[in-house]
Amino acid sequence: MIENILKERILVLDGAMGTMIQQLNFSESDYRGDQFKDHPCPLGGNNDLLSITQADAIKKIHEAYFTAGADIVETNTFSSTSIAMADYQLEHLVYELNYQSAKIAKEAADKFTTLNPRKPRFVAGSIGPTNRTASMSPDVNDPGYRAVTFDDLFEAYSEQIKGLVEGGVDLLLVETIFDTLNAKAALFAINHFFETSKIKLPIMVSGTITDNSGRTLSGQTVEAFSVSVSHLPLLSIGFNCALGADQLLPHMKTLSGITPFFTSAHPNAGLPNAFGEYEETPEEMVLLIRDYLEQSLVNIVGGCCGTTPDHIRLIAEEVEKFSPRIIHENQNA
Amino acid sequence: MHKTNRFLKLSGQEPLVITPESNFINIGERTNVTGSRKFLKLIEANDYEKAVEVALDQVLGGAQILDVNMDEGMIDGAKAMTKFLNLIAAEPDIARIPVMIDSSKWEIIEAGLKVVQGKSVVNSISLKEGEDNFITQANIIRSYGAAVIVMAFDEDGQADNFERRIQICERSYRVLVDRVNFPPEDIIFDPNIFPVATGMEEHKNNALDFFRATQWIRENLPYASVSGGVSNVSFSFRGNNAVREAMHSAFLYHAIQHGMNMGIVNPTMLEVYDQIPKELLEKVEDVLLNRNDEATERLLDYAEGLKDTKRTAKATDDAWRKEELQTRITHSLVRGIDKFIVTDIEEARLSASRPLEVIEKNLMIGMNVVGDLFGSGKMFLPQVVKSARVMKKAVAYLQPFIEAEKSGKKEFAGKVLMATVKGDVHDIGKNIVSVVLACNNFEIIDLGVMVPPEKIIQKAIEENVDVIGLSGLITPSLDEMVYLAKEMNRVELKIPLLIGGATTSKAHTAVKIAPMTPTPTIHVNDASRAVGVVSKLLSKEKSLDYTNEIAKDYDLFREKFLQRTSSKEYIDIATARNKKYKIDWSNYQPVKPKEIGFKTLEGIDLRELVPYIDWSPFFRSWDLHGKYPDILSDNVVGKQAKELFADAQEMLEQIVNEKWLTAKARFGLFPANSVGDDIAIYDHKNPSKETFRFLTLRQQLRKRQGQPSFALSDFIAPLESNIKDYMGSFCVSTGFGTKERADKFEKENDDYNSIMIKALADRLAEAFAEYLHFKIRTDFWGYAADESLSKEQLIKETYKGIRPAPGYPACPDHLEKQTLWDLMQVKESIGVELTESYAMWPAASVSGYYFAHPEAKYFGLGKIKEDQLLDYSKRRNIPLEQARKWLNPNLQ
Repeated sequence: MIENILKERILVLDGAMGTMIQQLNFSESDYRGDQFKDHPCPLGGNNDLLSITQADAIKKIHEAYFTAGADIVETNTFSSTSIAMADYQLEHLVYELNYQSAKIAKEAADKFTTLNPRKPRFVAGSIGPTNRTASMSPDVNDPGYRAVTFDDLFEAYSEQIKGLVEGGVDLLLVETIFDTLNAKAALFAINHFFETSKIKLPIMVSGTITDNSGRTLSGQTVEAFSVSVSHLPLLSIGFNCALGADQLLPHMKTLSGITPFFTSAHPNAGLPNAFGEYEETPEEMVLLIRDYLEQSLVNIVGGCCGTTPDHIRLIAEEVEKFSPRIIHENQNA
Repeated sequence: MHKTNRFLKLSGQEPLVITPESNFINIGERTNVTGSRKFLKLIEANDYEKAVEVALDQVLGGAQILDVNMDEGMIDGAKAMTKFLNLIAAEPDIARIPVMIDSSKWEIIEAGLKVVQGKSVVNSISLKEGEDNFITQANIIRSYGAAVIVMAFDEDGQADNFERRIQICERSYRVLVDRVNFPPEDIIFDPNIFPVATGMEEHKNNALDFFRATQWIRENLPYASVSGGVSNVSFSFRGNNAVREAMHSAFLYHAIQHGMNMGIVNPTMLEVYDQIPKELLEKVEDVLLNRNDEATERLLDYAEGLKDTKRTAKATDDAWRKEELQTRITHSLVRGIDKFIVTDIEEARLSASRPLEVIEKNLMIGMNVVGDLFGSGKMFLPQVVKSARVMKKAVAYLQPFIEAEKSGKKEFAGKVLMATVKGDVHDIGKNIVSVVLACNNFEIIDLGVMVPPEKIIQKAIEENVDVIGLSGLITPSLDEMVYLAKEMNRVELKIPLLIGGATTSKAHTAVKIAPMTPTPTIHVNDASRAVGVVSKLLSKEKSLDYTNEIAKDYDLFREKFLQRTSSKEYIDIATARNKKYKIDWSNYQPVKPKEIGFKTLEGIDLRELVPYIDWSPFFRSWDLHGKYPDILSDNVVGKQAKELFADAQEMLEQIVNEKWLTAKARFGLFPANSVGDDIAIYDHKNPSKETFRFLTLRQQLRKRQGQPSFALSDFIAPLESNIKDYMGSFCVSTGFGTKERADKFEKENDDYNSIMIKALADRLAEAFAEYLHFKIRTDFWGYAADESLSKEQLIKETYKGIRPAPGYPACPDHLEKQTLWDLMQVKESIGVELTESYAMWPAASVSGYYFAHPEAKYFGLGKIKEDQLLDYSKRRNIPLEQARKWLNPNLQ
């Protein structure tokens, strides 16, 4: 049904989770909660774990974004894979992390849908890139080496996907893709899960253009990236993170011109300043997003690092004034 | 929707879209162990470096897709496929184009599919083993996101005539499109190219049938492509390249006319169709098109006569080899070509005075070009990695010469630990710096990526490194670096810290990292600078000057940075007040001072203050930099420091024994509550009566969301909380007698002792302030009666509560001193005076406030905006311009 809504209007994705969590100033013991009081290694900074130890706070963040006008929120599961959780010795917790995060987000979504059934709210299961690259070597002296394999990723993603789907997500969002091979493993795992479980959910894919070369970290151009991930029927393809809305615009233009799928963009609130802080105000960001809307480049738009409910609120108000991007005939995968 | 434009789209790092307008797509075939003996030998010998060169030759020769085949009984095909594809993924010039994973073994195909990020082509599948297997494989290929070559092969064997070709291709197409839902544009048929001129009657139509089948496929199986292995056709003419090249060209010419849009071709074995001698072309085409019965014999006869006039094809453009030396070296570095680097480096070495000069000059010039191109987005990361590798190879070659120069003894210039900080996987910058440093004879301990701070510190100690280099590309890494600096300070690890990585900046290093640790902390964002910085840091002669210079530069930079004017950086005072530091007063019970009111201390024995002296600033005042007591054993300044210290001890003895100086103090402890940014002071005998007000100033620098904007008033319970809070104030002086002594020394032309007495008096005043603060905490106020801290802990201010002084960063307003003087009647009680500019006299005096709340902490006010200035002038009840004069250094 989301496909039908996307033909009628532009949907709004939420903003940053990390930025919101940062504002809560959680201490190590807040991160640990009662459950992980005696865990053998530090857990501070493990934001995904908060879905278990500070579930109310995470739910409140989802609700803040829904209140701001988001149609879709992302689960707090960016790093909820056994690969990323290995840093915290929490590999065993991956299913529960995904399941609980999905559940919290879904509860928030259902609450808002009930309040206003004409604006149904959705939950996208966030599937991050993990912290390893499958197509690049971390060792300059051994370019053939890989710190993670497709099979490792397949296994890790399969576990995450199962938790997300069983926890109740409406969509799956493979995001912040800096190495396309990682994303292909995630898509492979999704496809495998769909085939074995007979469940099918819409898939969103969102890559990351890392710098002014206009390429992903693994070196692909926008077109090459699009070609490399379009083998499954996606709901949407887009870009997020690393760049602000103004730097991302040309890449979204390219993508919008070639893809047969709906498009999404969730840029950062500008580029970080010298202290790693994002300073672009909601007013500044929405001005930049307006360019996307005027040029009909997007079907789904939201925010990444540094964006807050205030950013999303203004974006949500802005998109109402525009009609969505239409997919043209000459676009095919 | 009628899709008339479904094109085959493939990708490596760049896209390859094949449209009807596209020229014929060349598939490079030399990276195939079944087709190239040379390649097979390289793989068997595990010489992957050369094997990768074969691939690069193909790309430079014009291949648009690279066919890779590892089907050979003696090698582990899946492993070789994985390794080779991983290696070429790291070669940007090769990784640019899509890969064709070529194998008759399914496990090798799947191994290949698992390592390519782009959309590749599987070569091949067929109905050979029936439909079930065909469907399973097609499904898997699809979920890996690859296109597929389908051979005209079925359960009965390979199609060898026109009818069998089209029948098998049509059947395969229908199964794929109708039952697997395979995108038709991702299907490429290989209708089998067989040799011609074999002398066998049934082979006479081999080329012609291929052409016809190709045309039929293109007309009847929408969106599908046609490909084939072209060299097969000339199999009968092995050893006769002239004929083979002509035949390939002619075959391609006709195949393309019939709709073949891609093919496995050796571009170096291809004549230009227009340049084929007319006679040869005619004879070749007679064979291909089966135009007459004697065609084969005639061509064979003709070929015999051609054998001698072999020519060698050269497709690679190596004009750059003729350029001058530096251009060639730079070219190799920029393009990541390591084939000629050793030759060129040897040439450079022979003309250089020292082998090291080749690194410092020739290679660094090239690497600077790489750095510039990367910085401007004209090169991207994988290419830079490749450049670094060429660099490394060059240096490896030079290493023995550099060592030989040092009489065969391997001696490193220093040991550098390199790490990408916790949570960050980016290490290219770090690796480049490592390589460049290694090139310059530094020993590198590379801890890799995502290195936790504990490990960095532990390794640095274990390995006794000289410098630590930290790298990070993502923004959270910045915090990690700050944390690491803090930890280094905590464990007193005094190793210079280099900061690098894309998000790092001089500003961040100067403002956030450097202040965390007394060790030199330097931002080095490009590899070419790293050598200079590390060399200077480790140079016995230059190190101290250099670190002082850096420290000074960073202090200035920091100051400027914090002062920089940008309306965006500041928030208005109302907003800042909303963001005040919020203490949970409901859970706080202020301790009532034991000795409430004002008190004068005189006749303090200076001996009691001596243990409280912080000696490091004493040495600093003599321009000797280092931390006490380590400075006494410092390699460079140790001797001088020791002598100075001995002299100081001697004079200190005299000061104490002969009572050269007199110590006096005045302090007060009294009820107080904050009222906005003011602190109201109440009469301790009549606590409802407000007597004085301290005016505090609030930070207005825009901060990260959630970070408070501090004012000192935040540390005192607000009036509306109904909590009876307290604060204190003090003035101590050990300056009485200083001037007289100094004057006496000066009269005797003894500048040394004149400076010494002043410096010691200053230290004693600070020590007195520290001593009194201790007495206040543990006795007079008594809020920390059970405190027991070492002297070092005292100096590090690990105790509860603060004693900020007017004129210092937390409260730069000097006018506050007047309030202190009036409140405590300082002049009347102990004789310390304020000058016109509110300096204290005698100079060896310290005055300030006491705040007892455990969350009270020091901060820097930074710049304030006009709105706070206006508000302040009203609170202070002075004209705006007068307020502006006093607060000028802090005005935005």
